[in-house]
Amino acid sequence: MSGLNAPRLPSDETGARGGARLLRLLLPIVVLAAGVTVWDLAVRLNQIPPYVLPGPGLVLRTLIADWPVLSASLVTTLWTTLEGFLAAALGGIALALLFNQSKWLEYSLFPYAVVLQVTPVIAVAPLLLIYLPQETAVIVCAWIVAFFPVLANTTLGLNSVDRNLAGLFQLYGASPMQTLVRLKLPAALPYILGGLRIAGGLSLIGAVVAEIAAGSAGAGSGLAYRIAESSYRLNIPRMFAALLLLSAAGIVIYVLLALASHLLLRRWHESALGKDN
Amino acid sequence: MADSAASFDLGAPPAGYAVRLRGVTKAYPNGTTALGPFDLDVRSGEFVSLLGPSGCGKSTALRLIAGLSAPSSGGVLVSSQAPRRRGEHSIGFVFQEPTLMPWTSVRGNVSLPLRLARASRADTEARVSEALAGVDLLDFADAFPRELSGGMRMRVSLARALVTEPDILLMDEPFAALDEITRFRLNDDLLALWRKLRKTIIFVTHSVFESVYLSQRVIVMTPRPGRTGAEFRIEALEPRGADFRTSADYAAQCREVSLALARTSEPVRA
Repeated sequence: MSGLNAPRLPSDETGARGGARLLRLLLPIVVLAAGVTVWDLAVRLNQIPPYVLPGPGLVLRTLIADWPVLSASLVTTLWTTLEGFLAAALGGIALALLFNQSKWLEYSLFPYAVVLQVTPVIAVAPLLLIYLPQETAVIVCAWIVAFFPVLANTTLGLNSVDRNLAGLFQLYGASPMQTLVRLKLPAALPYILGGLRIAGGLSLIGAVVAEIAAGSAGAGSGLAYRIAESSYRLNIPRMFAALLLLSAAGIVIYVLLALASHLLLRRWHESALGKDN
Repeated sequence: MADSAASFDLGAPPAGYAVRLRGVTKAYPNGTTALGPFDLDVRSGEFVSLLGPSGCGKSTALRLIAGLSAPSSGGVLVSSQAPRRRGEHSIGFVFQEPTLMPWTSVRGNVSLPLRLARASRADTEARVSEALAGVDLLDFADAFPRELSGGMRMRVSLARALVTEPDILLMDEPFAALDEITRFRLNDDLLALWRKLRKTIIFVTHSVFESVYLSQRVIVMTPRPGRTGAEFRIEALEPRGADFRTSADYAAQCREVSLALARTSEPVRA
């Protein structure tokens, strides 16, 4: 029976957990290193020409050499993404609040929100470019792709307010505004942040799709436009360099939003708490 | 919940009474009748328990008294005094779960009714501290609900109900989810508070032992739709404590109430 009550050695456990954490960090790096090595070897051994597949070294050199052009394009794309994201965040939350106030409005408009969401944006972008100035069209594309998860998640959050807490607010005669600010929005915050996290990545996709559509129309200077342009000129190393930057931008956006979510929820929400608590 | 405080317009109960229900029924849109017809008279300062099986409509009765829903028929009269200062409210409600806002501290939760009434900051702070001291939680004012035990959360909920200095305290199986030791302690704390403040308390429970231990009067309700099945006056020495809990008198009263509960809960045989 002694085994049942034997105290566990805490040092062993934390040691094992630290090791597991290190492994979690190391494994993706090992996979990356292996992938890059295989890529490099494949290019060298098969003597693949750079206009078919450039090696990782050449991509890196292109990235550094073309940095003035690429960084300007990166800034353009990031601005578009940010504007699309802000529009999606504000629009999605505002629409969800409106739907929450009026069922009739929700019944009337929600189907069209779904239509906007399920229609592939790549098919809509050329049309938008006809009717809107190019900069506006690109932002609208980013918005169309990104607003739906914010709308859907915020709606879910606003509807999952604790029934008894709502009763309490009613008992104490809270005004609709007080109920919104003190009860509904805080209760929906974890859901809203979840929606924003998805919207961040999607607004980058929306911006890229619109830029590619606009790029074929001949104007624009974002990263996606650079990719299209490089493709016509068979400048494959620059395509890879631009792709690398886009992917890095996506990762940074995700990490920033995840961090914001963690900081806002860490004191109270289950999702932000460690497993031990 | 659109059917708000309409039940208050029917007037006030006679002097000396806090609550009067006459022929009250509550039917839900799906056709089931949860309650009634149900009559209830509660004197000011009285401690009354509504005891009955799950689904007998005892929680519904509390929600009707609180004005959280409107009766399908009948009258609900609740004495309400005009607030002497901001943030006073004639009714306090304690739910089965602590029903705290997880995103704010203990202080933030307890101050909610005062903030909603836009009481002044200084006044709010003083009254919240007083309410927290009353449930012995002043040291945990800045803790978040998830950092507290179940019993402590319930005490926060109680402090929030008391901070508006209500005349009537409605409690909906508040200790049902707690372990027995914590429940006994909170029972004693509640009795001490009641002796000190002499508020009207209507306490819903499905525990015979709890109802007999706490209240001056136990109303045994029938299964759905809930009606008064039997009524017991619990005459016991004050203050009640561990002596009462182990006395033969207590055991006898519990047996009587249990038998009544079994009798009224029996399905009618043809």
